[in-house]
Amino acid sequence: MTDVAIRVHDLAKQYRIGERQRYKSLRESIMKTLAAPFRPGSRRARETIWALDDLSFEVQQGDAVGIIGRNGAGKTTLLKILSRITEPTRGRVEVRGRVGSLLEVGTGFHLELTGRENIYLNGAILGMKRAEIERKFDEIVAFSEVEKFLDTPVKHFSTGMYLRLAFAVAAHLEPEILLVDEVLAVGDASFQKKCMGKMGEVARAGRTVLFVSHNMAAVQHLCPRSILLENGRVSRDGETAEVIQGYIRSLDETPVADLSRLTNRQGAGHVRFTAMRFFDDTGAELARGVSGQPVVFAMDYLSQGGRSLGKVRASLAFYDKFGQVLFNCSSELTGAGLAKLPPRGTISCRIPHLPLSQSRYRIAPFLEVDGEIQDWITPGLPFDVIDGDFFGSGRVYPPGWQGVGVLVPHSWDLPSEDNSS
Amino acid sequence: MNSAEPLPLVVIEPTRGLAALRLGELWAYRELLYFLVWRDVKVRYKQTVLGAAWAILQPLMTAAVFTIFFGRLAGISSDGLPYPLFSYCGLLMWTFFAQGLSLSSNSVVGSAQLITKVYFPRLVIPIAAVLSGLVDLAVALPILAILMWHYGTWPALAVLTAPLLALLALVATTGVGLWLSALNVEYRDVRFVVPFLVQLWLFVTPVIYPASVLAPRLQRLGLPAWSWGINPMAGVVEGFRWAMLDTPTSPGPLIAASAVTGFVLLISGAWYFRRVERSFADVV
Repeated sequence: MTDVAIRVHDLAKQYRIGERQRYKSLRESIMKTLAAPFRPGSRRARETIWALDDLSFEVQQGDAVGIIGRNGAGKTTLLKILSRITEPTRGRVEVRGRVGSLLEVGTGFHLELTGRENIYLNGAILGMKRAEIERKFDEIVAFSEVEKFLDTPVKHFSTGMYLRLAFAVAAHLEPEILLVDEVLAVGDASFQKKCMGKMGEVARAGRTVLFVSHNMAAVQHLCPRSILLENGRVSRDGETAEVIQGYIRSLDETPVADLSRLTNRQGAGHVRFTAMRFFDDTGAELARGVSGQPVVFAMDYLSQGGRSLGKVRASLAFYDKFGQVLFNCSSELTGAGLAKLPPRGTISCRIPHLPLSQSRYRIAPFLEVDGEIQDWITPGLPFDVIDGDFFGSGRVYPPGWQGVGVLVPHSWDLPSEDNSS
Repeated sequence: MNSAEPLPLVVIEPTRGLAALRLGELWAYRELLYFLVWRDVKVRYKQTVLGAAWAILQPLMTAAVFTIFFGRLAGISSDGLPYPLFSYCGLLMWTFFAQGLSLSSNSVVGSAQLITKVYFPRLVIPIAAVLSGLVDLAVALPILAILMWHYGTWPALAVLTAPLLALLALVATTGVGLWLSALNVEYRDVRFVVPFLVQLWLFVTPVIYPASVLAPRLQRLGLPAWSWGINPMAGVVEGFRWAMLDTPTSPGPLIAASAVTGFVLLISGAWYFRRVERSFADVV
């Protein structure tokens, strides 16, 4: 019989907005107290926001649950409360079992210490006992692939090595309940794959997992159940595929070209996409794609520091309207290799015969520089496609299949009758 | 996953009123405390050119300067002991206190990264900062032995109380450290007040001069000599000198008074820290 691992009841968290902006000083506090009798009228009430508002749900032991929602919906606040990092303003949470939180990779790493020393330090900070760390030490080192650099100070590590080591320690935490907050949205492709693999292992081993992410494909892969948070409340709770659909439908659906103000994105942010436009082969701008026709996806980008970018990998992932991944175009795969780019410019991806039928899709542009994800717009921007002659036969995809999967060029060879009628 | 014993149940709720001290939890996290002290000491020594030598040079050079200006030029008495020995001995305890204050006052703010990402009892942070000073103290102690040998001054049985006095120093330093580190989170200028505070405190503690200098003044005000023990470090420094160097001062009442103040500071510091701890992650 499964027990309840986490029970959240009417949870609410209020933040004062002014709190984050200025630190108080003793001098100011004293002056305010002294001046109070002389100030006319009442003090203006401080502005507050409710990051979480009457949140309730239950998670059984062994469940893997995805937590999704826009930036600011309250996902990280929820994890922080469950991790006991911050206190709720109202409500109650019951947690049964040891909790391990992965809110960040490499928490407590000190740059002056060596890899070996940081394994011990980070492990202790995450809650592992020394005996446990020693027992798993070799596994951790093997997972991180940094054996040769174990005794070098971490400040000499590349970003990739640092992340691998940090995740290796965190991955060997064995709590009953694991809370993961988008740690996987860092690092390069092979690192991500490793993270996903390990997370899958943890979920299959029967631990309870709460996984906050913007990566719909990852959430779908790991979690049979998901909870959608909107403005601090549970908006949907159920089967992941349905919840994702609901989420995508709730997003602002007007195709937007200017990306500079977009907040629903991941990545370090030193380089950002500023605009996304579509063109045909003549250079004319398109509002939407046409099935079977060439489309050029032009993504303007800008590097904040004004520096040129080395080892760049750009990709554009295509999702159907349910959030299912369809295919991915990657600059690395097609021989553009790991490029070196100027600080601003336009990256273009050309698809010669758009293999999509008439429907609305989502496209997620992704930019990685030197092994670190800089900008990743997920769950993506809307992209409409209208019917076109993909197969050269004048025929379009049947209505029941519109928007389902991708179109693949192919031919059929059917036997003919011996007599010619 | 089947476990024979029931899993621990934790209830997370807004804390109302007085927060429990939860010493049991601190004990459960003792390994983390060890690692944080280890980290602070390792990093401190890795980054400096002088490394461990700094732990010796600081009290030694201060003692040298004090000897020249206070011992010789100003002619301040030293309980019948050679001034260099007198001042170095007092400075050992004083350096521990001063360093403990300066490290712990910014410890919580400096660990903002940790506090906002991982759970552990926050008390661990300032306590680790103060404890790391014990290593420096241990490094500087042999020099005291050398000085004692050089001047031919040997301790009496009272030396057995030295560890207790060191413990009292720990209690007092931790108490003040808890207050400062907690206040600093809310009021960031506390960190800048600390060097000034430490400087004033030095003059108010019998480090440069012996406590016997104060007794006549206190009597004139109608106060007993041990009332100076309201400064917890007064008892520690004077007591440590008595324990190690066998001074004829019998500072028993002074030490007792300092012990009282020290524990009051520790308990009140822990209370205040636990009270404001709940908002650390939001404010830091």
